[in-house]
Amino acid sequence: MIENLDLSLVDWSRAQFALTAMYHWIFVPLTLGMAFIIAIMETIYVKTNDPAWKKTTKFWMTLFGINFAIGVATGIILEFEFGTNWSNYSWFVGDIFGAPLAIEGIMAFFMESTFIAVMFFGWNKVSKKFHLISTWLVAIGSNLSALWILVANGWMQNPVGMKFNPDTARNEMDNFWDVLFSPTAVNKFLHTISSAYILAAVFVIGVSAWYILKKTNVVFAKRSIVVAAVFGLLTSLFTVMTGDNSAREIVRDQPMKFAAFEGLYNGSKGAGLVALGIMSTSEGDGTNENMKDFHFKIEIPNMLSYMAYLDGNAFVPGVNDIINGYTDNDGEIHPPVTEKMEMGRKAIAALKAYKAAKKTDDTVGAKEAEKELKANFKYFGYGYFSDPYEVVPSVSISFYSFHIMVGLGMYFILLFVLCLVYIYKGSVVNKKWFLRMAIWSIPLAYLASECGWILAEMGRQPWVIQDLMPTMAAVSSIDSMSVIITFFLFLIVFTGLLIAEIKIMLKQIKIGPNHGGN
Amino acid sequence: MFENLSHLALQQYWWIIDSLLGSLLVFLMFVQGGQTLIYRIGKSELERTMVVNALGRKWEFTFTTLVTFGGAMFASFPLFYSTSFGGAYWVWMAILFCFIIQAVAYEFRSKPNNVWGAKTFEAFLFINGLLGTILIGTAVGTFFNGAEFTVNDFNQSKWATPYGGLEAVLNFHNVALGLTVFFLARVLGSLYFMNSIESDQIFARSKKQLLVSGIPFLVFFLFFAVRLLIMDGFAVDAQTSIVSMESFKYLHNLIAMPVVAVLFLAGVVGVLFGLVKSYLLEKYTKGIWFAGGGTVLVVFSLFLLAGLNNTSFYPSLADLQSSLTIQNASSSHYTLTAMSYVSLMVPFVIAYIVWAWRAMNSKKIDAQEISSEDHLY
Repeated sequence: MIENLDLSLVDWSRAQFALTAMYHWIFVPLTLGMAFIIAIMETIYVKTNDPAWKKTTKFWMTLFGINFAIGVATGIILEFEFGTNWSNYSWFVGDIFGAPLAIEGIMAFFMESTFIAVMFFGWNKVSKKFHLISTWLVAIGSNLSALWILVANGWMQNPVGMKFNPDTARNEMDNFWDVLFSPTAVNKFLHTISSAYILAAVFVIGVSAWYILKKTNVVFAKRSIVVAAVFGLLTSLFTVMTGDNSAREIVRDQPMKFAAFEGLYNGSKGAGLVALGIMSTSEGDGTNENMKDFHFKIEIPNMLSYMAYLDGNAFVPGVNDIINGYTDNDGEIHPPVTEKMEMGRKAIAALKAYKAAKKTDDTVGAKEAEKELKANFKYFGYGYFSDPYEVVPSVSISFYSFHIMVGLGMYFILLFVLCLVYIYKGSVVNKKWFLRMAIWSIPLAYLASECGWILAEMGRQPWVIQDLMPTMAAVSSIDSMSVIITFFLFLIVFTGLLIAEIKIMLKQIKIGPNHGGN
Repeated sequence: MFENLSHLALQQYWWIIDSLLGSLLVFLMFVQGGQTLIYRIGKSELERTMVVNALGRKWEFTFTTLVTFGGAMFASFPLFYSTSFGGAYWVWMAILFCFIIQAVAYEFRSKPNNVWGAKTFEAFLFINGLLGTILIGTAVGTFFNGAEFTVNDFNQSKWATPYGGLEAVLNFHNVALGLTVFFLARVLGSLYFMNSIESDQIFARSKKQLLVSGIPFLVFFLFFAVRLLIMDGFAVDAQTSIVSMESFKYLHNLIAMPVVAVLFLAGVVGVLFGLVKSYLLEKYTKGIWFAGGGTVLVVFSLFLLAGLNNTSFYPSLADLQSSLTIQNASSSHYTLTAMSYVSLMVPFVIAYIVWAWRAMNSKKIDAQEISSEDHLY
């Protein structure tokens, strides 16, 4: 089915998707979170009728608009890239994956685009109340769009609610609610949007801190910090909770990803959590060059078992356990990867046999082939691999992205708490070190957010759909030179736009809230 | 409700929904048409600002409709999505780049410190208006004239030429549709300016454009429509699913589906009425609604001609039997049913769009508003 596999095509297609997705993700979290921060500020304005709050709302709205535009620009490509660069994927799972994308357009994008025009231009055209509702609808619309795309992504991590149809050679949805309410999708959505709120809160706090340091717009800045820090603190706690749920869910549905981001090569009962660690360049246990040893690590005993199963003595499988087969805590036996590969090859061969039998109207042959396919379909994707260690994602990338994300997440909680303490004590103006720290936290928030996606997507490798379709089988059959050219075109265009965006933002921040939006 | 419909009925229902989205998209391309007229219609900085801001409050509707059209096609006819996007790589990439640069252009154009200068962002708008419309029209032309792809037994597709779909420009009938869309978008853009901007000069120049763009629009449209009705089309045998060429296929479709014929003619009349009345009457501003409504009807009926009545909506020139039909390219019965329930939201979406549009356009944009507005494009 995938004759003449061109590895450079796969690599460049992945590089392009990573480039465009990571560029898009620079802008999305700020949009998701800032929309609510603005809506809260405008609500305070409508309740208090204090024009200073209107000014505050309008200032953040200006920054929101600049960021939103480039988010839209970088977003359109992602929807179409599934077709242009991952054409086989689009057919193999389009029956399930297409629906959330369409719903996203119908339900969310129109809401966003309709009410964003009212939000920006409706101040003197519609009533205060209608305007406020519009602002809230922009926030709800943008977050709804996140819901649907994250449902789609959650399904790639943990495919549910479908069955394979050999006649069409694709997976077909058989339960919409399973897809929508899959625990993976729900956790992913909640974790992603709440982490986006943190980023937006850190952004607002950082920019406000700059004003306080410059001794301009101090009252405005303090007000903004209060709203952002309360918002950030509440959503941080929620992010911790959903992240914790995600971890428990990943250890069951994507144990390899879990083992990789914990750098756990050999599983054990009562496994310890590596809170901090630096990997060396030498091999870990000699089984695979991907699995590096640790230079040093600080481990919290039994914590990993507790995190994964709420039981400090539970067994957590490591990379080697998954490769060699293991029995999980529920007594379920997971066969070795070599066995899965064998079953996958049988499934692929059975599909070919089914098609051939159908062509010659051989109903008996077709039935037999279908039976064989069904029996082995669970590991269909494994049939594409020749070495069991091919199913291990990059351990160091998974490990670092996870630990940077979590570490920074904890740091932001501290930042929000300090903000509120210093504001409450009235001493924030004098805490220069803290204000500088707040400004420098902005890039850290972006780093944490991007790390989350690197973990989610790189940690899932080599799968595009967990266990069903390897990334290498998903690409469009086009020549790699085309993809190389578009990769660089995206790089140039998006970088050019990013430079403009940052420059415009900085200028607007310098202009400040007193001159309205500009 | 929907679960009791046959698979074919759902496929037809979804072809109709996609056609409706496609036709709304062409109407909303008045934004793109308007973008190619910024310097023609706006002779002073103030006038250009008025023109850009009039368009800037609507551009997202067009953009969102395009994205939703793509998403709906993916959900309802995934084989089209995978085959066309994955094969006609360069055509779609070119279209996408045209829209990427549009999305930032409004917001960044007049902002201080925008690095690349207002002219760059105006050029982005112009490129989007010129190439975006022509390329989309040309790509839709391949719905009638075919494209160079093959699909194997596992429904995996491959493009048969190294040009990634750009070879579609070699067929003038495709290009004629692209040029039709381009000039139509300019006509609609002019009608939109006449409707939404309070300025005698802008009104007069827009009116002049009705003739300048209207005549080439009619020439290309007539060429496209007449040739469509006399050419061979890609017919599908309802029993065997075998695709073959049929003389006068699209004319036959028009005769076989009289409702479509009525919609088509009503649409043509609507466009002409809106155009001619706006040109002849001195102060008439409502032409956009007739021409826009007519556009929706004409494009809608063209889509129906392409996909219904046992016709291949995406024919293959490389291998006739690889041609896509609404039956072999569609999603499963279950998915189409689920999506059909989602489609019930469309009237609500249209209702709030109309409501918001009316609230925002209750007063025309004038010089005074531009001078007092603090969020300007």
